[in-house]
Amino acid sequence: MEQIMDEIAVDPEGERRAAFEALAREQLPRLYGLARRLTNDGAEDLVQECLLKALRSFGALQATEAGPAWLQQILVNAFRDRLRKEARSVEEVGVEEIDEFSLYRRVADEDPFPYSDTLHVDFLEAFGHEDVRAVLMRMPQIYRAPLVLRYMEGFVTKEIARMMDTPLGTTLARLHRGRKLFEREMWAYAEEASLLEPKEAP
Amino acid sequence: MTERAIPCSDAVSQLWDYLDRVLSPEDQALVEGHLAFCRRCCGELEFAKELRSFLASGVVDEIPAEVKERLERFVEEL
Repeated sequence: MEQIMDEIAVDPEGERRAAFEALAREQLPRLYGLARRLTNDGAEDLVQECLLKALRSFGALQATEAGPAWLQQILVNAFRDRLRKEARSVEEVGVEEIDEFSLYRRVADEDPFPYSDTLHVDFLEAFGHEDVRAVLMRMPQIYRAPLVLRYMEGFVTKEIARMMDTPLGTTLARLHRGRKLFEREMWAYAEEASLLEPKEAP
Repeated sequence: MTERAIPCSDAVSQLWDYLDRVLSPEDQALVEGHLAFCRRCCGELEFAKELRSFLASGVVDEIPAEVKERLERFVEEL
C-alpha cells in the first residue's frame, strides 16, 4: 500500500487516475439509479458510456466536490445523444389529448377507498418504489426525462434545457405534458396492477 | 396587481409552474388570486404538492451487487 501511495505521489497521471476511480466507484449507485429512471433498458451501458466520457475529460474537472454533479451531467448528455438516435425520440403527444386529465379529480370521482379520510394520500401510498419506476417507463422518454430531472434529481428548468439541448419553451412544454402523462399513467397503472383493491384484513 | 380572474381550468393547468415559480409575475398573481377563493383548486394545489414530494421520495439509488461488480471492473479496465 505504501508503495502504491509513493507511486501516486510521484506520478500525477496515476494520482489523477486514482482520483477518478474513487469518484466513479462512490457514484456508481447514484449513476445507475439515474440511468434506470431515464431509460427503459440499457442502464448499465449508459453508465459505462458516461464513465468512458468522464475519464476522457476528467482533467477539466476543477473541484472534486463538483464531481458527482459533473458525472450526472455527463450521463444525461449521453442519454440525450442516445435519444436523438432513436426513433422513439419523436414520439410527441398532443397537448389536447392529456391537458384535461386531472388525477386529483379522477381519484375524488372514482373514490377507490370509500372509508378513507385521506383519499389522495392513500392513493399515493399504494405505490411502491418499483411501481413509480413502472409508471415512468410507460411514458415516452422525451417527456419522462424532464420530469425525472426536475422532480427527482432537483435540476432547475434552465439546467434541464441546457443538458437536453432543447429551447426553454420546449422544455417547459415537455415538462407540462410529462406531468400530465405521469398523472394519467399513474391512474391507469393503479387500475391494471390492482393497487386500488381493498387490502385484506390481517 | 391585475383584477382579471381566471377559470379553474387555467389555474389548474398552471399549478405546477406556480409551485416551480416559473410563471411570469402577472400569471403568478392570477393563479394566487384564483386560489384565494377557489376551494377545489386549493385541493388540486395540495395534491400537486403531495405528488411532487412523492416523486422526490421515489429516488432510490440501489444497484444490484452483480451490476456493481461489473461496473467496478469496467472502471478498473478503462
